[in-house]
Amino acid sequence: MTVTPGWYMALAAALFVIGVGGILLRRNALVMFMSVELMLNAVNLTFVAAGRELNAIEGQISVLFVMVVAAAEVVVGLAIIVAVFRRRKTASVDELAGLKG
Amino acid sequence: MVELVLFILFGLVALFGAVTMVWARNPVYSAMGLMLTMFSIAVFYVSNAAHFIAAVQVIIYAGAVMTLFLFVVMLIGVDNEESRKENIPLQRPAALAVIALFGVGVILAGRSAWVTGSRVSGLGEIDGSVERVGSELFNNWLLPFEVTALLLIVAATGAIALAFFRDDEETGT
Repeated sequence: MTVTPGWYMALAAALFVIGVGGILLRRNALVMFMSVELMLNAVNLTFVAAGRELNAIEGQISVLFVMVVAAAEVVVGLAIIVAVFRRRKTASVDELAGLKG
Repeated sequence: MVELVLFILFGLVALFGAVTMVWARNPVYSAMGLMLTMFSIAVFYVSNAAHFIAAVQVIIYAGAVMTLFLFVVMLIGVDNEESRKENIPLQRPAALAVIALFGVGVILAGRSAWVTGSRVSGLGEIDGSVERVGSELFNNWLLPFEVTALLLIVAATGAIALAFFRDDEETGT
């Protein structure tokens, strides 16, 4: 019984759904950010699996670019979270209701 | 056969890590679960003959990004665990419904196309070595590669600016 790329895609879809669940269910900004990273990783896995199935190296090139963009996103996002924490002393997104009418 | 064993083993590990990340109330445990998942995904990259990408995954994600996450968790404080009470009405049932809907959609799409219908290609024909990836990157994708350098510089500058210019905003609290 061989492992086809579809298996990897199914696993990646499951990981992506878990990431979506983390975004929707948690309120800690850090854990929500980790869920975003999990979703990016799941999509990277589909890129690599599809690249192997199609015998194209471009899948791995795309993964490299996604990783660079994700690294930049992590730097800016964590800086924003720390800046918000300095002002509001909280990391919970529910308490950031300053714009609520 | 080896790949099947690796897939089942590390697939379960990856799912366990992801569920731990969402479920754990302590952010440190969440970071540990995510690290477990990222290592498992690196194993899958090796199974898919993407050796360079696997090394990059371990170094950047499991190393740098997760260390940064742990730094921020320690900075913000690990002791303020969030309560499981939801303030917005209907948010939690709606979220679970969306997750279930997504799962059903994935299963339907998978049954119709790729899980059963994909033809089995030769295992690992594709070469994911540093030479292959590097020559492809620098021959065909040079401009996007240089633009990522610009992006990283902008991101680093933005992070430094967010860390520096804060004294005049302290009065807002």
